[in-house]
Amino acid sequence: MKILIAGDGKLGETLARQLSLEGHEITLVDPDAAVLESSVNRYDVMAVQGNCAAMDVLRDAGVETSDLLIAVTGIDEVNLLCCTTAHWINPNLHTIARIRNPEYAEQAYAMRDAFAISMTVNPDLQAATEIERLLKYPGFLKRDSFAKGRMEIVELRLDEDSKLCNVPLSGLNGITKCKVLVCAVVRDGVAVTPDGNFVLMEGDRLFVTAPTDTLSVLLKNLGIITHRVQRVMIVGGGKVSYYLADALQKSHIDVQLIERDEDRCRTLADQLPKINVIRGDASDQSLLESEGLASSSALVALTGLDELNMVVALYGKRNNVPQIITKMSRIEDTSVIDNLSLGSVISPRNLCCNTIVRYVRAMQNQVGAAVTVHSIADGKAEATEFLIDKDTPHCGEPLKNLKLRENVLVVGISRGNTTEIPNGDSTFHEGDSVVIVSSGTGVIGHFSDIFA
Amino acid sequence: MNYRMIGRINSFILLIEALFMIPAMLLALADRDFAVVRAFLISIGIIAVVSGLLIFLCRHAKRGFYAREGFVCVGFGWILMSLFGSVPYWLSGEIPNALNAVFETVSGFTTTGASIVRSVEDLARATNYWRCFTHWLGGMGVLVFLLAIAPIGGESEGFTMHLLRAESPGPSVGKLVPRMRRTAAILYIIYVLLTLFDFLFLLCGGMPTFDAICTAFATAGTGGFGIKNDSLASYSPYIQNVCTAFMLLFGVNFSCYYLILLRQVRNVFRDEEFRLYWGIVIASTFLIAWNLRGVATALGYTSFGETLRHSAFQVSSILTTTGFVTTDFDLWPTFSKAILLCLMAIGACAGSTGGGLKCARLLLLVKALARNIRQLLRPNSVKVIHINGRQTDERTVTNTNAYLAAYVAILVVSILLVSIDRVSLITGSTAVLACMNNIGPGLEVVGPTGTYADLSALSKIVLIVDMLAGRLEIFPILILFSGRTWKRY
Repeated sequence: MKILIAGDGKLGETLARQLSLEGHEITLVDPDAAVLESSVNRYDVMAVQGNCAAMDVLRDAGVETSDLLIAVTGIDEVNLLCCTTAHWINPNLHTIARIRNPEYAEQAYAMRDAFAISMTVNPDLQAATEIERLLKYPGFLKRDSFAKGRMEIVELRLDEDSKLCNVPLSGLNGITKCKVLVCAVVRDGVAVTPDGNFVLMEGDRLFVTAPTDTLSVLLKNLGIITHRVQRVMIVGGGKVSYYLADALQKSHIDVQLIERDEDRCRTLADQLPKINVIRGDASDQSLLESEGLASSSALVALTGLDELNMVVALYGKRNNVPQIITKMSRIEDTSVIDNLSLGSVISPRNLCCNTIVRYVRAMQNQVGAAVTVHSIADGKAEATEFLIDKDTPHCGEPLKNLKLRENVLVVGISRGNTTEIPNGDSTFHEGDSVVIVSSGTGVIGHFSDIFA
Repeated sequence: MNYRMIGRINSFILLIEALFMIPAMLLALADRDFAVVRAFLISIGIIAVVSGLLIFLCRHAKRGFYAREGFVCVGFGWILMSLFGSVPYWLSGEIPNALNAVFETVSGFTTTGASIVRSVEDLARATNYWRCFTHWLGGMGVLVFLLAIAPIGGESEGFTMHLLRAESPGPSVGKLVPRMRRTAAILYIIYVLLTLFDFLFLLCGGMPTFDAICTAFATAGTGGFGIKNDSLASYSPYIQNVCTAFMLLFGVNFSCYYLILLRQVRNVFRDEEFRLYWGIVIASTFLIAWNLRGVATALGYTSFGETLRHSAFQVSSILTTTGFVTTDFDLWPTFSKAILLCLMAIGACAGSTGGGLKCARLLLLVKALARNIRQLLRPNSVKVIHINGRQTDERTVTNTNAYLAAYVAILVVSILLVSIDRVSLITGSTAVLACMNNIGPGLEVVGPTGTYADLSALSKIVLIVDMLAGRLEIFPILILFSGRTWKRY
């Protein structure tokens, strides 16, 4: 597909890399020649310099023959105008706009036909939703759902007192007392696909596939205490914090929100009357303590500075806060901060990128194409969901008879309301959702590609 | 520095070279010229072994390929390719001197067309074919060919941009379409099609098939190796006119042809470089024809039409840096020769197969000069340079100025070095000009009827470096001599 990306910022560049990797023809549009040049040097994409909302620049970038426009400049108004203009030139164009200002959320949806937007994305809202999901199951660093939320791949980190240390994988199901599958392990920054003899060690990060309804059993049997989150401390008062605090106050959770800027505090206090807005500097540790850090069940670091978020998270760790969530906006490869135990690391950019990539895949709408893709194990492996239809090869054959490609693992089969962790005798049939995990290079876009 | 990746790409370059030697070898086999067959067979063997060894040594290439690697890779690739390409000449005994053989190959790949062979008609057909084919491969560039057929960059990495930038001529190199592989493929498809048309037009004029193939290759790469001692002088006026037309066509920026394929013909005719190029062609042709009107009979031109034909042919041949000749322009009046000297330095369009400074750079330099003069008079005025209605990046302007400085510096040093040879100033300076701009014939000793055979070894080495520097636009070769390139970080 021919895709135009307007805005070569953090998100634009991540999208360009990912979509170009999947074989699409990417043209980037940005007014800044320097950032365009660095993107062109790094990825196999083309660049057009100029204002992406101007008609002649869009024409230059080939909007007439493009299939999709993704407007992700820093300014919402430009994104809207860009989509509207481009769609006027090429009525067959799909458009995706990033809208971050909450004040526009309603009209962007209600007026989507007038603006000619196929989809809006809001990275801040997505990040807030993701954090809320994590807060509901403390103990997991990351959750990715598949098969309409019936199956999950969760990330766990083995601490020194974990029951799983020095246990071979073949003995895993005896401890968890429910059927789960370890599909990838990251040890010392390297992702491996383990077999039954693989012995788990302290510091390993596990990616575990499990049906959603067994998650609480899994947590209990692993000795990770599931306590209901009652008190959450949010550091930083940006957009993500607003969405998150709003969601938490609705579930009657006690929220402390620390923000440095007085005007911003006033605005937040106006919009969120039920939460405690505290004006103060997050780097001031005595402030955090006096506001009850030690008695909080979760600490969420959401300031605009990655470095400050890291320091706040580490400080929370020292104060034994049970759950810590850190936002990282700039850092792409989180493996450098792996052993800092910052808890869950949330990247609004990557979340948003995944949503858009999913839309692109759905647009292709080919038989057997991937439905959902999540990158796991720091992007070293991909979990992909496929829908099985009547043309899918090897329907109804037991898995042990199939020759799969190297580094491909079938980790879950979801049928109706049940989700199965497959063994050699499992089969898949028309209408099932199958989740596979693949590591190594290359994205698997078609189900038939998993066979050797 | 990522030596392994560089080694791997270079081994691919050599493999492609060996692959393209096979047709030459088959031709020699058909001619039952077994000495030449042996020479090509051994060369292919040597190249296969060397590239196999390189692939083996560089099998675990790391990632990380940046501008520096791109330049070094292209510079080295071309030197290696030239060295190995000369082996058949040398082994078959047709060019017994190794330095001469290297000179001939470099001249071929860089599409110069400067020859050290006194009588090309005595060479085997296979050797002549290989000489002309080196033009064709060097014209569009072997790395561009590699980019079109092999996924050397993998699917993800954009580093191939550094390779394209280092090998393709012009002040600002860009892609035609987002995918590098398709860009390279489009360029080669246009190139192959144009070459094919050239070949067919030549056939229609009654040219023998072998001559037509060689001439089409040499024209396409804007090279200029002839297979006759008098270049194209003995062919019919029709054939000469076809050559004029195709030399000019190959001197046009190939992105223009892509625009024509996209049916954006209007944009092509609005392109400032395109207009400048054709303006220079027409103006020089008529100026020379006018200048020749008094001496036409002395030169043996019977009509104004014939004068115009020779004038147009020589102008296109020199401007596009091809170097074919139909008449001995060394006998022309000084004004005409001076025009040709100017054309030598200007060269063809950016993104074409021709050499020289390129019309795009000339355009930019003239505009930058005009701006500087204006700013001297009105120091506070702010002015932006526009080309085709678009603002030109200031870095491109600076780079072009730097390019001109490097170009002149190399030119001056080379002329000094060649002057150690006991040649006249005209011979020495035009030899350097003709090699640096990848043209071929200069004036006097190295003129249309002469060869480079009598120059000393030192001069030949200097000219070899000049030819490579000219084809690769100086920096990939200059960078190999810079200590900073080889420093570890």
